[in-house]
Amino acid sequence: MAKSIKLRAKAKGDVATVKALISHPMETGLRKDKKTGKPIPAEFIQEVVCESAGKTVLSAQWGSAISKNPFISFKFSGAKSGDSIKVSWVDNKGNSDSLEGKIK
Amino acid sequence: MNKIANVLTVACLVVTPFTTQATPDQDLKEFRDYYFKKFPDVPKDDFINGVYSIDPASREQWEAFEEFPSYEIFVEKGEDLFNKKFANGKGFADCFPNYKKGIRQNYPYFDTKTDKVVTLESAINKCLSDNGEKPYKWKTGNIAYVSAYLAYQSRGNKINIKVPNDPQALAAYNRGKKHFYAKRGQLNMACADCHYHYAGSKIRADILSPALGHPTGFPVYRNKWAGASAKGDGMGTLHRRYGGCNKQVRAKPYKPQSDEYKALEYFHTYMSNGLEVNGPSQRK
Amino acid sequence: MNHNRRVLLKGSLAAGAVGAAVGAGLLTPKAVMAAWAKDAFEAKEVNAAMTGAMGSADATASDKIKLKAPDIAENGAVVPITVTSNIDGTTNMSILVANNNTPLTSTYELGPTTEAYISTRVKMGKTSDVIAVVKAGGKLYSAKKEVKVTIGGCGG
Repeated sequence: MAKSIKLRAKAKGDVATVKALISHPMETGLRKDKKTGKPIPAEFIQEVVCESAGKTVLSAQWGSAISKNPFISFKFSGAKSGDSIKVSWVDNKGNSDSLEGKIK
Repeated sequence: MNKIANVLTVACLVVTPFTTQATPDQDLKEFRDYYFKKFPDVPKDDFINGVYSIDPASREQWEAFEEFPSYEIFVEKGEDLFNKKFANGKGFADCFPNYKKGIRQNYPYFDTKTDKVVTLESAINKCLSDNGEKPYKWKTGNIAYVSAYLAYQSRGNKINIKVPNDPQALAAYNRGKKHFYAKRGQLNMACADCHYHYAGSKIRADILSPALGHPTGFPVYRNKWAGASAKGDGMGTLHRRYGGCNKQVRAKPYKPQSDEYKALEYFHTYMSNGLEVNGPSQRK
Repeated sequence: MNHNRRVLLKGSLAAGAVGAAVGAGLLTPKAVMAAWAKDAFEAKEVNAAMTGAMGSADATASDKIKLKAPDIAENGAVVPITVTSNIDGTTNMSILVANNNTPLTSTYELGPTTEAYISTRVKMGKTSDVIAVVKAGGKLYSAKKEVKVTIGGCGG
C-alpha cells in the first residue's frame, strides 16, 4: 500500500524547510452522505509529530477544520543535509502512518 | 441578471467566425490574437494557467497550493497503475511507447482509418480493452490518475494538434467549433459567451477564464470536486468539466467521450496549439 | 525544554489513539504529548478555544506576528494560511477561525530550534476573522485578518 505521506525536506545553510502533504479525508463528521442521508463519520488526523536526528521538532494537534489532504510546512535550524527526518500522524479512529526520510 | 442580458445582446450582434468557413489555422490565429489583444499584460505563455494568468489575487492562492499540490497524490497513483502489468503480461507502456518523452501534446488526433477523434482517455481505455482488461469509468478515478501521470510526463511539450486535409477530420473540427459558439440550455449561453466574449469578467464571485490555454492543464484537480463528497477526490477529466459546464447553463450534458465532446475537445485543444502542457493542474 | 508542557484538559483523555500509536512504536515516549485537546477543539467560542489550547484567552495584539491569508478565499474548504511570529521566544502557535462552529483549527508546539513559522490549509465555513495566537515567554500575542468566503458563479 502506498504511504499516505509525501515529504520534502531541504536544508539551506543550517535551516531545513519541511513540507508534507498527507493523503487523508479529514472528515468533520458533520456532513451527510448526499445519496443515503446518513452522516459521514468523523475521520481526521489529531496529532502530527515531526522528528529529526532524534529530536522532536514539531508536535501539532489538529482538528477537523484542517483541509482534506492536509498540507503542513515548517522550518528548523541546526539541520544539515543527510539528517534523518520523520513525520508521523494519528487520527481519531486510531489509524496512523509515518514516513522517514533524509533532509536533502 | 443584467450582465447576462448584456452578454446575450452583445453575442447576438457579433458575427461568429463560424459563418465565414475559415481554415483551422486561420481560426487559430484569430483566436490567439483576440486574447492577446484583450489581455495585453499577460505573457503569451501564461494563458495555460487559466484564470490565474489574469487575476493576481487568486494567483497568489494558487501559488500557495503549487508549493505542494494535491494532484501529486494522484500522479503517483497514476504511475502505479501505469506500471502495473496486465494479465497478458503487457502494460500501458506497450500502447504508449513514447510516454517518457511525453505524448499528451498530440491528443486528440484524428484517426483517418476509423474516421474518429481519438482522445487520450479513449486511448487509455482502448489499451485496456485491447489487452483483455476492464476499461475504466470515464470521468473520475483511475482514468484521471493515468491521464494525470501521462500529462505530467508531457509537461513543457507544446500542444500540437493536427487537422489533416481530410473531409471527415475537418467535419469533426467544425463540429467542435460549432459547439463552442452555439447557444444552448435554458440560460441560452455558449461556451464563447463566457470564455471568449466575457473572459476576464465576473460571473457572481467567479472570474471567467479565457478559452485560450484551457485544455493544457487537464486532467484537473478541482477544489470544488474534492469537497463535494466523501469519495470525491477532486480529480476529473476534460469531459467531466464539459458536462458540468453544459449543466451550468441548464443544458443536457452529453456523455463523456461522446462524439460531440470529442469534437469539442478537438477544436478546443487545437485553439491552444503552441502552448505548453501543464497538466495535471489545480483549479478552484 | 519540556516538550510535554501543555495544558491538560478536563474531560476524558483520548488515551486509546495515542496508546495504540505508542504501542506501534510510531510515537516514541519522548514525543508523546498530552492527549488530544478535545475541549479546546470542541469549544464553540474563541475565548474557550484559546484557553483550552494556550492556557488563557488574554492575548495582546502584536504586529510582530505576520498572518498571511487571502482577502477572498477561492474555496472555503481549502484556505492557505501562513503564520510567522517575529516575537523572541515563541514556543507555541495556534490558528483559529472565529466564525467556524468550533474555532480552533490547530495548535503547534515548537521544538527548541524550530522557527516560529507554520503554513497549512484550513476550512472556513463563512467569512470570518482568522486569528493567529502565539505564546512567547509565557505570554500570549495575537494577530487577525478577515478572510471573505463567497459563493462563486461557476466554480464553487
